[in-house]
Amino acid sequence: MKLMLKTLLGFIFFSFSFQLYAAISIEITEGVEGAIPMSVVKFESASLPVRMKADIASIITNDLNRSGVFKVLNNENYPATPHYSKDVDYLKWRAIGQEYLVVGRILSKTAGVLDVQFQLLDVLKQKQLLGYSFPVRLRNVRSTAHEISDLIYQKITGIRGAFNTRIAYISARNNKSRKYVLQVADTDGFNPQTVLESDEPLMSPSWSPDGQSLAYVSFENKRPEIFIQHLATARRSKITGFKGINGAPNWSPDGKRLALVLSRDKSADIYTMNIATKKLTRLTRHRSIDTEPVWSAGGASLIFTSDRSGSPQLYEVPVNGGKPKRITFEGRYNTAADLSPDGKNIVMVYGDRGSYKIAQLERESGNLTLLTSNNLDESPSFSPNGRMVLYASTQGNKGVLYMVSLDGQSRHKLSDQAGDIREPVWGPYKKNRQ
Amino acid sequence: MNKIAAIAGLSFLLLAACTPQQEDVDNQTDQDINANQQQQGAEGSDSATPIAGSDSDTQASVFEQETLTAQQLLEQEDSPIASRVIYFEYDSAKVSDDSMALLEAHGDFIAGNGNVNVILNGHADERGSREYNIALGDRRAQSVRRILLFQGASTGQIESISYGEEKPAVFGHDEASWSKNRRVELEYEVR
Repeated sequence: MKLMLKTLLGFIFFSFSFQLYAAISIEITEGVEGAIPMSVVKFESASLPVRMKADIASIITNDLNRSGVFKVLNNENYPATPHYSKDVDYLKWRAIGQEYLVVGRILSKTAGVLDVQFQLLDVLKQKQLLGYSFPVRLRNVRSTAHEISDLIYQKITGIRGAFNTRIAYISARNNKSRKYVLQVADTDGFNPQTVLESDEPLMSPSWSPDGQSLAYVSFENKRPEIFIQHLATARRSKITGFKGINGAPNWSPDGKRLALVLSRDKSADIYTMNIATKKLTRLTRHRSIDTEPVWSAGGASLIFTSDRSGSPQLYEVPVNGGKPKRITFEGRYNTAADLSPDGKNIVMVYGDRGSYKIAQLERESGNLTLLTSNNLDESPSFSPNGRMVLYASTQGNKGVLYMVSLDGQSRHKLSDQAGDIREPVWGPYKKNRQ
Repeated sequence: MNKIAAIAGLSFLLLAACTPQQEDVDNQTDQDINANQQQQGAEGSDSATPIAGSDSDTQASVFEQETLTAQQLLEQEDSPIASRVIYFEYDSAKVSDDSMALLEAHGDFIAGNGNVNVILNGHADERGSREYNIALGDRRAQSVRRILLFQGASTGQIESISYGEEKPAVFGHDEASWSKNRRVELEYEVR
């Protein structure tokens, strides 16, 4: 199966690099051609003294569908509703073309603790691929469901799942006055938590590599300043407050430095700051706009936006300084890069004749693929496994979040939330349970 | 950046060269006096403040009148500085000829009133990436700042802050809205 999937993905990539426009004009909401058919039966929870609010099977179903790799059958079409592998009649599932089946149940362990059990079954081979039992507190059920999605995804694709991670974003709300809110939420948009609320703009959140802190820009003192905030304790500190721009903080892979943008009353330039010593190192010195730095995977270089050629394009500069090298050549507007964790792909905002879409640049081949088809898409951010891209789009008069698979085939809007939502950033993997 | 700065600078020099000197002289009569008074006021402002509250009526009234003059100019509906917003083309920080005349008037006013500070709030339309738009709004504010400085305003009087696309004047996803959002707003403060 692993091999088959690889071949399949290879084929999709191949065909996409030549037929971008045809492919992206199709808005797919029901799953992807060639996606793996599977079923996730609703978990049994009859023995519980309370009714479960979170539906584990539907959380898993949504996760797997969002990935574009799987097509989970609508549960109205299920031939049976088994909860244990021993009750599964494989032939029934095989008859309706299913390759995998997930069954599970939620039992009561001790007071306030559940025992969530699931099994991933191979329908063709008629055997169990995975079987787990999780002790879970009631409030962590959604997180556990995402954890199960990760295990299923990894078992079948061989790639680590990134469903059980967090995203951060900015939400602007118009109540009596305008409010800007920095929030973190699960990858399906559920469980939002407010990190900071302000009457003045908040911008450009960046996760620390350990997932414990966020750097961001706040205008709370009527000027842009960069802050770092520890999420669990809400303790925060101001990192920069220079004249002019203080913007675009981006955490280094080792967690010790921030790349950032300062203008100090001249043009915007790229700097790095040692967080412990606050020592600044200037990396660009040009009268053009230099902004939006992101670290390469190993931290050896930074990719940034500059309009030194006359239009905004992406450049790469070694972290110890040197001459920036231009890396985008197609189109008049390429900005806001994010790098895949393996460094092989860049996603960015690609502007063309007044429309702004998310594009993917394969670094080695230089192939450019459009991943989205709206007119005002921005802020692309890779999932930690590099298979999905989170971005902001516009719907009516508000910003909404979308996820798109790296082949551009599967595109899903995140659950509706209050406010005008923008600048999503995907957080790192959580530490393993073990 | 080089190009834009150079063009803006050049057109400004040309304008300055062509502008009849008389216009300056006409405007100057009032403002020169203001400037002189201002300077005195500014130099003595630390000591002037307590005096204003003391029993020396003449000193206090002079000080108040000065403040009112700048304030009055700012509040006048038909004054040359009544308009406080400069608009820009897409992805550009070039000040148009029309706006140049307006900024000259603002520059004269700031240069002539040492007790006046101005914050240049730079903005961009919503299209494209947010941090690039911050830099674009900043570049627009810097264009305006250079003109004001050339007119004689001092660096200490001017602060520039870019909000990028974060604070649109008009909410909307069309050129009519966008053209209103690509702007620098002059926000005055009289000390």
